[in-house]
Amino acid sequence: MDKRERIVRRAALELRDGYYINLGIGLPTMVANYVPPGIEVVLQSENGMLGIGPYPLAGSEDADLVNAGKETVSEVPGTAYLSSADAFAMIRGGHIDLSILGAMEVDEKGNLANWMVPGKVVKGMGGAMDLVASARRVIVAMEHTTKAGAPKILRSCTLPITGVGVVDTIITELGVIRVTPRGLVLDEISPGVTAEEVQDVTEARLIRTGA
Amino acid sequence: MLGGFGICGIPENLIAALVSRGVRNLQIISNNMGIDGFGLGLMLEAGMIDSFVGSYVGENRLLESLMIAGKINVTLVPQGTLAERIRAGGAGIPAFYTPAGAGTAVADGKETRSFDGREYLLERALTADFALIKAWKGDRMGNLVYRKTARNFNPMMATAARITIAEVEQLVQPGAIEPDQVITPGIYVNRVVHGQTYEKKIERRTTREPA
Repeated sequence: MDKRERIVRRAALELRDGYYINLGIGLPTMVANYVPPGIEVVLQSENGMLGIGPYPLAGSEDADLVNAGKETVSEVPGTAYLSSADAFAMIRGGHIDLSILGAMEVDEKGNLANWMVPGKVVKGMGGAMDLVASARRVIVAMEHTTKAGAPKILRSCTLPITGVGVVDTIITELGVIRVTPRGLVLDEISPGVTAEEVQDVTEARLIRTGA
Repeated sequence: MLGGFGICGIPENLIAALVSRGVRNLQIISNNMGIDGFGLGLMLEAGMIDSFVGSYVGENRLLESLMIAGKINVTLVPQGTLAERIRAGGAGIPAFYTPAGAGTAVADGKETRSFDGREYLLERALTADFALIKAWKGDRMGNLVYRKTARNFNPMMATAARITIAEVEQLVQPGAIEPDQVITPGIYVNRVVHGQTYEKKIERRTTREPA
């Protein structure tokens, strides 16, 4: 299993029956492919859709039917369309149970950064600031380090942040980390990995469960 | 103001008309700047745009490079805040409080206030001289219905401009749209244009394999 699949499969275990969920662009979107059996969730897309179906079959793509990543998607029985104002009222009003999104950096206070690198990359925040501020629970699902191997889980974010103290849980290919008032708690370690190995690629101090 | 999310639900005929007229020094409010070579990207490439208020620039490389070089005045706004500022503009609400962006660069220079122990930003309403929007069906009264996620920012923008011009794929007789189905009532719409051709490009064509 490659590391991205490991992250996505583990993140899917956080879903609960009846949840309304918003999945961020990229890796988090793939969580929809691993919803555990017996669980029914409704996926929301902030451009204006409640009830997102799978990608369409080739030939059935519709330019008027896209998710927040601008990918063609399909309807499911029970889909509803909304304006973007209504889609965000739903988010701001606390009706979304879970937001899973990616990050460039997360820190031990639960701050995250994912919208720009000054002087280099400007993506814009899109809906991320609204989502992290108001979803009932926020999970960051990301690779543990940058492509160059540098830590992304830091004592303090260095990039412009997306939200203050908003992250509840961080899921990477190496394990599951909970953000707590005491700091970051390494709650689960992936098979074949030691706690020391996780700490070695994490700038923030990780509190071991039971320690 | 121009409706659309990415290049979904954009007024492509009105954009083409503006490009051919060569109107310049425009101040644009839109969620995205289209993509390179389509949608608002065409207006950016033609040098028609002086400033841009939006939430995401990630898909327009020209805009990103102009921003980094300081050659265009861009204001990035969280997507839900953008949607609500436009809705407020049309509804006569001068400002509102939102938690999105509290404690981030978005909060710089803004009034903040704490409600029930949580920090909120005061965000001002947005209005425009013109709103150029896209609907699926419309009648000469200006009643509009949208199709799937092509609705996005169009209904709020319809309400928030001095002159709203709606381009429609299907121009129908008054009464042909079920009154219960009208999303934008005609009072908000000053001109209806029957779009002649629709390219309706797809930004990210994603499909699944047949089961």
